[in-house]
Amino acid sequence: MIQYAGIMLILIGIYGLLTQSNIIKIIVSLNIFELGLNVFIISVGFVREGIAPILTSVNNHNGLVFVDPLPQALVLTAIVIGLGTTALGLAFARSIYRQHGTLNLDEIGGPSNG
Amino acid sequence: MKRIFALVLVAVVGILLFSGIYSMEGFPRYGEAEVSERVSMSYIDKNVTRENQEVVFGVSENLETGSANIVTSIIVNYRSFDTLGEVTVLFVSALGVSLLFGSFEGRLRSRYKPNFILRTGSKVVFPLILVMGAYIFIHGHLSPGGGFPGGSMIASAILLMYLADEDFRVRIDDFKKTEGIAGAMYVLLGLVGLMISNYFLSNFLDTGTVGTLFSAGIIPVVYVLVGLKVGSELTGIITDFLKGEVE
Amino acid sequence: MNSLMVLEIMVALLLILLSLLAIFSKKLITAIIYLSIVSMLAVLSFALMKAPDVAITEAVIGSGLVTAVFLFTLFSMRKEGEKE
Repeated sequence: MIQYAGIMLILIGIYGLLTQSNIIKIIVSLNIFELGLNVFIISVGFVREGIAPILTSVNNHNGLVFVDPLPQALVLTAIVIGLGTTALGLAFARSIYRQHGTLNLDEIGGPSNG
Repeated sequence: MKRIFALVLVAVVGILLFSGIYSMEGFPRYGEAEVSERVSMSYIDKNVTRENQEVVFGVSENLETGSANIVTSIIVNYRSFDTLGEVTVLFVSALGVSLLFGSFEGRLRSRYKPNFILRTGSKVVFPLILVMGAYIFIHGHLSPGGGFPGGSMIASAILLMYLADEDFRVRIDDFKKTEGIAGAMYVLLGLVGLMISNYFLSNFLDTGTVGTLFSAGIIPVVYVLVGLKVGSELTGIITDFLKGEVE
Repeated sequence: MNSLMVLEIMVALLLILLSLLAIFSKKLITAIIYLSIVSMLAVLSFALMKAPDVAITEAVIGSGLVTAVFLFTLFSMRKEGEKE
């Protein structure tokens, strides 16, 4: 069921990206898109009877059924990159606000738009 | 008008996604993935030549990678070059943030003064969070966690101090130096691997017994470097975001 | 087993509901707080899908640092708006 939630989160993120005109709301939509994508990628490797991919003194050999570790490795680094891109986007938002005095993309007019 | 158009577009994309994904041959239903048919099985067996060898916690020695945490063995050993790229992307975005905020002076101040209990309590909690972060990235090959969450935990400890104490400053130059040295050491370790066993970032140290602290070759070393680098980069980002008000 | 599936369905519904609230809320600060709650629920779903490494990372970054960075941006804008 969490897989459907991941796809729904992706769609909600796309809808937000298309309709919002405030820069902060656009970055929030981008974050929701990314969260949905991460949830979806993790759910592709999920096995219902599986255990977490860590050998411990209880689950101590490789013959057991593990959850797929590869999607987890990909998502782990993607989350940290997500913070970097979010911070860069917010820095741009702040410098746009300093120059134009507004966050609304419709109110920022170029010289030809008047 | 814009909203209706967006809704129609999202509906079309959603139908395509659902019908495309679930009619795809070989795509597993939720909770029924066949890990034994995937490439991940070689990572679990710690042998990429697809010979089924047995790995037992606390007994097996001298494997390809001696890490008990299989996710860590993928991130820092099998796909370490990929991780080097990710760390570079993070560095570039931190650089962009500090370029955009370069001309700002001073520090943002909240309207509410932090009270005595918050200031003293956060000073008690601060070293505990730092030790927890260091524990997480040193034990990255044994327990869940690793360099990325450990480094972010260090950055969040510094965020707590910023919020609790109005006059708290970090010496950001020291963090920048730590970050540069950690990144250079990562590349240098890769070059040493290239010289010793002919490919970049190879695991040239003894991998030891699975499950002991001094095992898994260069994995703990690389994860400590990644933790220091991520921690100092995120601290730099937070410090840049708190700049702004001219005193 | 059965109670875990019920928990999964509840987490999935809450994820969808709270992300809709985050998109449609009028005030920016509400949207940011809803985003923080969504990422905390994502932590729960990662833990349900047996991914402890990802859950720890998302808990520290998604609900701690990302929220802090958003809030600092918002506060700085309020300060600059007040000066004018």
